[in-house]
Amino acid sequence: MAARRVATAVTATAATVNAPAATAKGAARIEVRKTYKLYIGGAFPRTESGRTYLVSTPRGEPLANACRASRKDVREAVRVARAAFGPWAARTAMNRGQILYRVAELMEGRRDQFITEVAAGEGLSLGRASDAVDRSIDRWVWYAGWADKIAQVLGSSNPVAGSYFNFTVPEATGVVGLVAPERSSLLGLVSRLAPVLVSGSVAVVVTSETRPLAAVTLAEVLATSDVPSGVVNILTGLKRELVPVLAAHDDVDTIDTWGVDPAMLPEVEISAAENIKRLARRPHGTTDEAFDWMDERAAQRPEWIAAFLEMKTVWHPIGA
Amino acid sequence: MTTTTEPTTSAVEPSSSRPPNSWGLGDGQAIPWEYAPAPESREIVRIRERYGLFIGGRDVAASDGATFGTINPATEETLAQVARATPADVDKAVRAARRAQTRSWGTLPGRERAKYLFRIARILQERSREFAVLESMDSGKPIKESRDIDVPLAAAHFWYYAGWADKLDYAFPNRTAHPLGVAAQVIPWNFPLLMLSWKIAPALAAGNTVVLKPASTTPLSALLFAEVCRQADLPPGVVNIITGPGEIGMALVTHPDVNKVAFTGSTAVGRLIAKGIAGQGKALTLELGGKAANIVFEDAPLDQAVEGIVNGIYFNQGEVCCAGSRLLVQESIAGQLIDKLKDRLATIRVGDPLDKNTDVGAINSRAQLEKITELVAAGVAEGADLYQPACDLPARGFFFRPTLFTNVAQSHRIAKEEIFGPVLSTLTFRTPEEAIEKANNTPYGLSAGIWTDKGSRILMMASRLRAGVIWANTFNKFDPASPFGGYKESGFGREGGLPGLLAYVRLEDR
Repeated sequence: MAARRVATAVTATAATVNAPAATAKGAARIEVRKTYKLYIGGAFPRTESGRTYLVSTPRGEPLANACRASRKDVREAVRVARAAFGPWAARTAMNRGQILYRVAELMEGRRDQFITEVAAGEGLSLGRASDAVDRSIDRWVWYAGWADKIAQVLGSSNPVAGSYFNFTVPEATGVVGLVAPERSSLLGLVSRLAPVLVSGSVAVVVTSETRPLAAVTLAEVLATSDVPSGVVNILTGLKRELVPVLAAHDDVDTIDTWGVDPAMLPEVEISAAENIKRLARRPHGTTDEAFDWMDERAAQRPEWIAAFLEMKTVWHPIGA
Repeated sequence: MTTTTEPTTSAVEPSSSRPPNSWGLGDGQAIPWEYAPAPESREIVRIRERYGLFIGGRDVAASDGATFGTINPATEETLAQVARATPADVDKAVRAARRAQTRSWGTLPGRERAKYLFRIARILQERSREFAVLESMDSGKPIKESRDIDVPLAAAHFWYYAGWADKLDYAFPNRTAHPLGVAAQVIPWNFPLLMLSWKIAPALAAGNTVVLKPASTTPLSALLFAEVCRQADLPPGVVNIITGPGEIGMALVTHPDVNKVAFTGSTAVGRLIAKGIAGQGKALTLELGGKAANIVFEDAPLDQAVEGIVNGIYFNQGEVCCAGSRLLVQESIAGQLIDKLKDRLATIRVGDPLDKNTDVGAINSRAQLEKITELVAAGVAEGADLYQPACDLPARGFFFRPTLFTNVAQSHRIAKEEIFGPVLSTLTFRTPEEAIEKANNTPYGLSAGIWTDKGSRILMMASRLRAGVIWANTFNKFDPASPFGGYKESGFGREGGLPGLLAYVRLEDR
């Protein structure tokens, strides 16, 4: 199997930082290729199943072998996510905000690598890929700022008819099974993942099946950022294998069905009903194919944070 | 457990040998006060022999003419025959709701919708006694509660959401709130009118129209509410009420022209509904079962806590999704608290729901009584210690003694399953950490109670208990401005307050 790698696929369109450099004598340096692995509990294991699948550009040029994660990988990811949830939700809002901002800082440092990968994986020109990467970085910053504000927008002190102090605050839901958008491999993923993290929830991500590579590089950013191990877990593979397992898992609280094939949706929602999972669904009338992730009004919304929050109401009598 | 001197009692026949003047000895054998009957008059209620469905503003028979009886669970007498809707009737009701949504209600300015809702609130207040008596007759709940809680709160819900109808622009900044369309709403039998108001008021305020199905054992207050809609001159089809068994509820929620489904009831049925509408893109809110922990720390004001425990589990016969059905007591005070609780149980008055002194009325149905009986038997069989006060139960009707279990293990069915009856399971803990662990050790997450004098502990516990409603030094309080709903398998979405309105709108960017 002759998989051409990201860097070489891209050199066909433009010079990039990863382009093979010619040595003084004209002999091409042999590049060190990257192995794309899963991201579970802060580590980069291969799938326990030992399987891979070939990832290609939209034009059909082979890019890399990605891990074809298994149901056991899903279960392991959910297990570590659950363990990471309590401590992550217990961070102060400001601390979570700073950690999200740090992700933006680190992405900025790897900007060129992301551009190359998004251009190759999504078949975009370098200019458009660059826009998508910039917007992805900015999106982390936008959500980072929400960390210590969302409770003030969604929470309330409630004027009940009685001598009680009554207030409502949002709290993180828990483990979110995030089926990433299929088309927008980086910006779409970031746009769905950042609201999960800022809410205090944790994620098990099933990446775009056809365009998984940028997500793995994002995992490398997360691994070197201050996002604690297990808070984000990233699985590449076949959605028809992974999504049903995620949807049926009793320790997953919410399933984000954005990237679920509409034909598969009824089955996913039926499985999700078993433990009364929350459904984070695409907005009314949108499709994954046509959604404009570059549109700031449409693609970054406090409502999307709210989808990963529970409202808690507390009563206490007022008296002497 | 530290209580070692428990009298042996049986679930069937409590001990009748009460020593005189033993009030307050913690043996639960205090001589009960004698109360003269104080019955609320039924005269204010005129129950018709037959009720039709309320569709498009008219009272119509079921398409096949079928009816079913609704009984008074306290006497087992049949109160009325009620239409049994067919799928054809469901379709008719949804069409009527659609027509009203597109032609009248959905286009009516918010300020006009508001006035209709205010009218409804006012009429409910005006006819409150009638509703209270009818509700108690059809459901078995004490008149004290229907009169002082269910009906006033129902009116308050309409009042609260009436005011939102013309202020939606302020409710959701930067967004335009559109109604979802036709809402299918299925409600339970424990708070028939109150649940109706929780469902209908926010739906109408936001511009939706509704088809509501009350529980098959308690349809009468919803059918009286239909009369209120007519008195208020509400446009036909804005509110439609169909009666029938669970299958009709399922036919309603799965109807293809329904945009929003709201259900309150058991987790098992909630699951069926969620599966039934899977992939249809309908908005859904579920308010399901619970197994709330009511946690009492050693520094709690014990007499107050006892009142809170009693209110937590014996309010409405314990047929409350957020009932404090698991009592978690700090070990150091367990003996003392249980003694006090037993004394208090001896004063609980069980009997005629229409008697103004009654604390615990009739269980809603024979089926529910059987379920409670079965679970209590399981508690005994699994080794928990049962205590029931010596009180006489009426010869007819569905009644169950207030029941207290001690020595309960977390693995017992009575500690895990929602009983939905006047049955309290007591467990103990030593540290706050253990209390949190045990309280959260359930797939449910609707409510929890905390009893302590220490403010910092209240706030710590409140933030770590995985439940949607936390009552600290109080229990079972409700208000239209206060969002209510569950975590985990207790459902999702909130009723009450701004989140309650959010459940009935589609937000569009400005």
